[in-house]
Amino acid sequence: MSLSAKDKAEVKKFWAKIEGKAGEIGAEALGRMLVAYPQTKTYFSHWGHDLNTQTPQVRKHGGIIMGGIAKAVKSIDDLTSGMSTLSELHAFKLRVDPANFKILAHNIILVMAMYFPADFTPEVHVSVDKFLQRVAWALSERYR
Amino acid sequence: MVEWTEQERSIISGIFGNLNYEDIGPKALARCLIVYPWTQRYFGAFGNLYNAEAIKSNPNIAAHGIKVLHGLDRAVKNMDNIKATYAELSVLHSEKLHVDPDNFKLLSDCLTVVIAAKMGSAFTPETQATFQKFLAVVVSALGRQYH
Repeated sequence: MSLSAKDKAEVKKFWAKIEGKAGEIGAEALGRMLVAYPQTKTYFSHWGHDLNTQTPQVRKHGGIIMGGIAKAVKSIDDLTSGMSTLSELHAFKLRVDPANFKILAHNIILVMAMYFPADFTPEVHVSVDKFLQRVAWALSERYR
Repeated sequence: MVEWTEQERSIISGIFGNLNYEDIGPKALARCLIVYPWTQRYFGAFGNLYNAEAIKSNPNIAAHGIKVLHGLDRAVKNMDNIKATYAELSVLHSEKLHVDPDNFKLLSDCLTVVIAAKMGSAFTPETQATFQKFLAVVVSALGRQYH
């Protein structure tokens, strides 16, 4: 399911609208994932057990993750190259099971809908969903 | 047997007690058909689904969205036996409607997004976790009678 010109346009347009809140969206999404999908906490055991949207490390890390998404938006025409360094990081150092990218994507989408209910129309939703799938794909490139 | 805390029961009955079925049902189903267009395969007889605008304004889809959402009421009323409550509906979806059970999760995700957008910050992480747990149990029960 590759990104059409329309998908790319929708993603860039929506990103421009939400860019200012990207850090907050990331913090919410990561925190919600850790609460609603407790198995994902296994990657963050060094931060403690009770992790949520208010945990300082979670908030900071949510911002870092959205920085990666920002990079992906800029490299939307060649995600494989754009994400190559991050892919190596996830493949060789972090070794995050790629199934978790889908779980985080769901939470990012949910928070986008919460913060921008009028703008996150079904048309925007489908393009963003496809985009995040492609980002996950690019991020898994170097795994094996 | 699924265990529900008092807090979880209260969250679920709270959400459904305050739900505007006529608003949320159509929005959730339309979003599912737009975001996951292959789900349109089950709605060949529903009229014009040609584009997002057509789907959003299609009265048959709207009516069906309300019907599906009310279908969740019986789970809300029978939280301690969702499995048995949906046995008949599971057979219906399998043998009569021939719906691929993977689709239940897609609709459930769209419903979660629509409710989150409606409730805003009231849709706390704990509310999200409880609501998703509830829908996961419903989805599992609906897929149980497939063979």
